[in-house]
This record gives sequence, C-alpha cells and structure tokens, in this order.
Amino acid sequence: MTLGLTHFLVLSALLFSISIAGIIINRKNLIILLMSIELMLLAVNLNFIAFSHYLDDLAGQVFVFFILTVAAAEAAIGLAILVVLFRNRRSINVADLNELKG
Amino acid sequence: MWIETLIFYFFAAVTVGSALAMITVRNPVHAALLLVLTFFSSAFIWMLLEAEFLAITLVLVYVGAVMVLFLFVVMMLDINLAVLREGFVRFLPVGAALALGLFTMIWYAFDRARLDMIGAPTPKPADYSNTRALGQVLYTDYVFAFEAAAVILLVAIIAAISLTLRRRKGTKYQNPSEQIRVRKAERLKVIKMEAEKR
Repeated sequence: MTLGLTHFLVLSALLFSISIAGIIINRKNLIILLMSIELMLLAVNLNFIAFSHYLDDLAGQVFVFFILTVAAAEAAIGLAILVVLFRNRRSINVADLNELKG
Repeated sequence: MWIETLIFYFFAAVTVGSALAMITVRNPVHAALLLVLTFFSSAFIWMLLEAEFLAITLVLVYVGAVMVLFLFVVMMLDINLAVLREGFVRFLPVGAALALGLFTMIWYAFDRARLDMIGAPTPKPADYSNTRALGQVLYTDYVFAFEAAAVILLVAIIAAISLTLRRRKGTKYQNPSEQIRVRKAERLKVIKMEAEKR
C-alpha cells in the first residue's frame, strides 16, 4: 500500500474539522481559540505542501512560507491584544467582551 | 515503500490524537504543550513530503517562538478556569456534529478518481537541496512578496510592543534628548580664586 495524495488531504481535513470543533466547544476561552486558529492554519499548510509535492511545483511551499510568516505576526499581535485585554478587564472570557453591543 | 506508509500512519495518529486532546483538556498550559506535539508530528509528515526546509522552519518558528510566546502568556495570566469551562458540555455535541458534518462534506468533495491519477512524483537526485531550490524561487520570482513579508513582521513587532508598553506613574526615566543636549556650562563651573592662606 503506497502513500497517495488522498492520505494527506484526509489528514488535513481531519485537522481542520478538529480545529472547527475546538472553536465551537472552547468558545469562552480566548487562548484556546487562538490555538485552534493556529491548528487550522497548520491543516491548510499541510494541504499546500501535499499538493506541492505531488504536483512537483515549489509554489505551494513558497505559499506556506508566507503563511507561516503571517501566522507568526498574527499570533504576536493577538497575544499582545490578549494581554492588554486581561490588564483592563481581568478576564479573557469572550462573554465579558460585550461593551460594543454589536 | 511500506515503511513510509507506516511512518505516515504513526505520525498522523499522533497529530490527530494530540489535536483532539488539545481542544478538550482543561488546563491551557497542557493545551499549549499538546499543540507543540501536534506541530512536531506534523513536521515529520512535512519531512515525509520532502519539504525539509519548511519542516525545520515549523519546528524553529512555531515550536521555538510562537508556542513559547503562548506559554508565556498562559502562565502570565491568572485565569479563572471554572468560568471559562462552563458551557463546555453543552457545546460539545454541537462542535462534534459540526466537525463531523464538515469532514463528511470535504470527504465527498474529494474527486478520488482524479486525485489518484496524480501519481507519486519522480524521485529527486541525491544532491537535490530543497532549501536551495526554495531560496532560488523565493529571491527571484517572489522577491516582492518576500519584502512584503519582512514589512509585515516589522509592523507586527511595532504593534505588539506599542500595545503592551505601559508607563507607570512614579517610575524614573532617562530623557535621552536632554542628556545629549547638555552643555558643558550646565555641569562644570570653573572658579578663579586666590589660594587659601594658612
């Protein structure tokens, strides 16, 4: 039994679904929400790399490189916002963030 | 060939298992550590796909920098876990159903017949370097995107620092511009006087 493209696509679909479930069931805890988003990006990256390998095209790997860069920036800014939020509200509960009444 | 399949299934199981544990554990520190395990095992899977440079980057950048940042923040904040966990059981069926539905949708979206037509690529020669090949396209075809990524990182640094910087009252600061502009007359006074007699 050889490894095909489908193996990797199914794995990445599984990871993506797990991270969606993580966002739904941990919807109170902002830190776990951020971690689920990182997991989601990982699933997408796996897709890109699998296609890049099987189609023998480096463009997919370049794309993953940029996704990693942007994800690192996103994590840094997201955590900075989280720290500021915790300083002001003493809580990271999503339910407490109701000031704007959107 | 079968050994590759074995390695794939092992690390895929570790990845999925730790991801599942990550979204369900109680303690955010454990969740961060499980996410580190997920990243590690998927780095192995990327290695299997011959993306060596990105696999190393994943370990260095994600495990080494981003997840350490997460751990720092988790440990810095004093979180009331009981409040954050309420509604967990209530939303568990919803989350599971949504994830299952999404997965089935993606599963049926796969055009298996056409995907299987893409066979394994021709093996690379022994002296092929993934890092060199990636660098060659990155610094030629994608050089503008590369520069833009550098700017994004700079913006992220400045944003993160300026967001978390705070000035406390009563703390003594140096004022560099005043220190630079100081003149000799403000510090040193030469006095001419007679020598004292005994």
